[in-house]
Amino acid sequence: MDSIWDQLVSLDSETWSAAGRSLWFAATSCVIATLICFPLGSLIHFRKFRGKGLLISVLQSLYCMPTVLVGLIVFSILSRAGPLGEFGWLFSPKAIIFGQVLLISPIMLGLVISAFSGVDKAVTETAVSLGASRIQMVIVAVREAKYAMLTMVIIGFSRAISELGVSMMVGGNINFYTRTLTTAISLETQKGEIEKAWAMGILLLLIALFINITIYSLQKSGRIKHWGVFRLLLDRIRAWGG
Amino acid sequence: MTFLQISNLCKDFGKHRILSGINLSIDKGIVYAVIGPTGAGKTTLIRLIDLLDTPSSGQIFFDGVDVTHSGNTRNSARRRMALVQQKPIVFKMNVFGNIACGLRWRRRKKEEIQRKVNDVLEIVGMGDYRDRDARTLSGGEMQRVAIARALVVEPEVLLLDEPTANLDPVSVSKIEDVLAHIIKERKTTILMSTHDMSQGQRLADKICVLIDGELLQIGSPKDIFCAPATKQVAEFVGVENILPGIVARKENELAIINVNGAEIQAITDLTQDENVFVMIRPEDITFTRTRDTSSARNVFEGRINRIIPLGPLTRVEIDCGISLLGIITTRSASEMELTTGSKLFASFKATAIHVIKRA
Repeated sequence: MDSIWDQLVSLDSETWSAAGRSLWFAATSCVIATLICFPLGSLIHFRKFRGKGLLISVLQSLYCMPTVLVGLIVFSILSRAGPLGEFGWLFSPKAIIFGQVLLISPIMLGLVISAFSGVDKAVTETAVSLGASRIQMVIVAVREAKYAMLTMVIIGFSRAISELGVSMMVGGNINFYTRTLTTAISLETQKGEIEKAWAMGILLLLIALFINITIYSLQKSGRIKHWGVFRLLLDRIRAWGG
Repeated sequence: MTFLQISNLCKDFGKHRILSGINLSIDKGIVYAVIGPTGAGKTTLIRLIDLLDTPSSGQIFFDGVDVTHSGNTRNSARRRMALVQQKPIVFKMNVFGNIACGLRWRRRKKEEIQRKVNDVLEIVGMGDYRDRDARTLSGGEMQRVAIARALVVEPEVLLLDEPTANLDPVSVSKIEDVLAHIIKERKTTILMSTHDMSQGQRLADKICVLIDGELLQIGSPKDIFCAPATKQVAEFVGVENILPGIVARKENELAIINVNGAEIQAITDLTQDENVFVMIRPEDITFTRTRDTSSARNVFEGRINRIIPLGPLTRVEIDCGISLLGIITTRSASEMELTTGSKLFASFKATAIHVIKRA
């Protein structure tokens, strides 16, 4: 235990760099997924169309998609022979972010739909009856479900920062470039550096805990209005990640 | 001038027809009350007019434009109306924010929003609640916020779906005061649904009776309550003496109607041998211990079947060959020492009777 503690207090620049990158990748993919899932989720929830129930069931079944499977899909898409191979993103941060967006989007989309479903229909109808446009009505619904939406962002972020399969398969675990805390933990474990791996694991947990507590405390104190939380988070992560 | 025209409107939910062939012309500046029992289709009608739902068939013309289906025209028409729903709905924000919503969505200037919201807060008597979280208000206060939110956008048509249902009498009275003020000051066209007939009578210029999805009668409160067009309307508006009979003979406008052997004199245009319903409101019947010497043409002697005290009023049912139900004050009932089985005279004027054709 003493050894793990020693490791934790004397983490090297490689580890801090991996931690910063973990945060940066997870936050970026979370922001991108949010930007995709909000409009898409509101479209799915507020529009009536054939197969809506089936679509939501498919989305829900994608919640538990293994990260290695997403890694494999992204690898196939980004490899030289793949449809997006010409971009040359494989084994780069872009590939990891792309993979993480694919991984967390179904969960976030499902949670957006579920958050909208929790809003009393009479509230959105009242907005419409008072002359709100479709977008204004969606903003009202988001406002009504802001805590559920915030939970959705936290869950998406948590899933992204804790995944290993995508980062390993499409990032390549390149030091100071694509190495994240999860890939570093895996590497250190394989090298037999169990204490260092433990220290990194604890650091990852502490980071996740810090982010969650920060968001929830800001939410409770009422300082989070609209989506200013993203700006706040991104500023902090940019500062850490260099 | 017809502002809103509803033509042959029908609404089905699955196999159930909720509204059937509704035709209604709403004139500018007039207050309409849609009355009907629970489940008659009042809310469905209001929602269709507010363009929240689309009808199964029929058309809605707003200021001469067909707004039944087209998305663009529906949106612009909706911005000229405002709806207050039965259940008090407030957004998760303070009272000011709630009321300002409609103006913000219309991109009005900040100063204008401030001024209009403050004005309307005074109208609804909630000036001191400006910064309160709207969700912490009582049901009646929330409903006043909802009314203020609808009023602040200065709608050309204000739709109110049972705005005082499930509220305490004090809140009902405050909301009615607000509505009376709007009606007097703003001359807004109002369509309100209510199952409280007296509320409709107090506030509306015209009353529409909706029963089982059909508009059975449209008219002034006096027309509806004193001259119901059908037996269903009569039953709903509280005409409790509906007696089937036949016009035995006519003497100019005066008809002698045979009701189960008793002869009732009434004023009607209907002709001899016509099957009719004779309708007498309970409050138009006078009870006396001795034969009434007043001008009432119809005087019947009978025995009391039932006495039902209802607080300050008492319902008295007497059997005089025909069964008649009347209402007197509880004080009068006590002074007359009414007891079940005792003799009583019931009298009513020929002009107090409404006669309609019976199929």
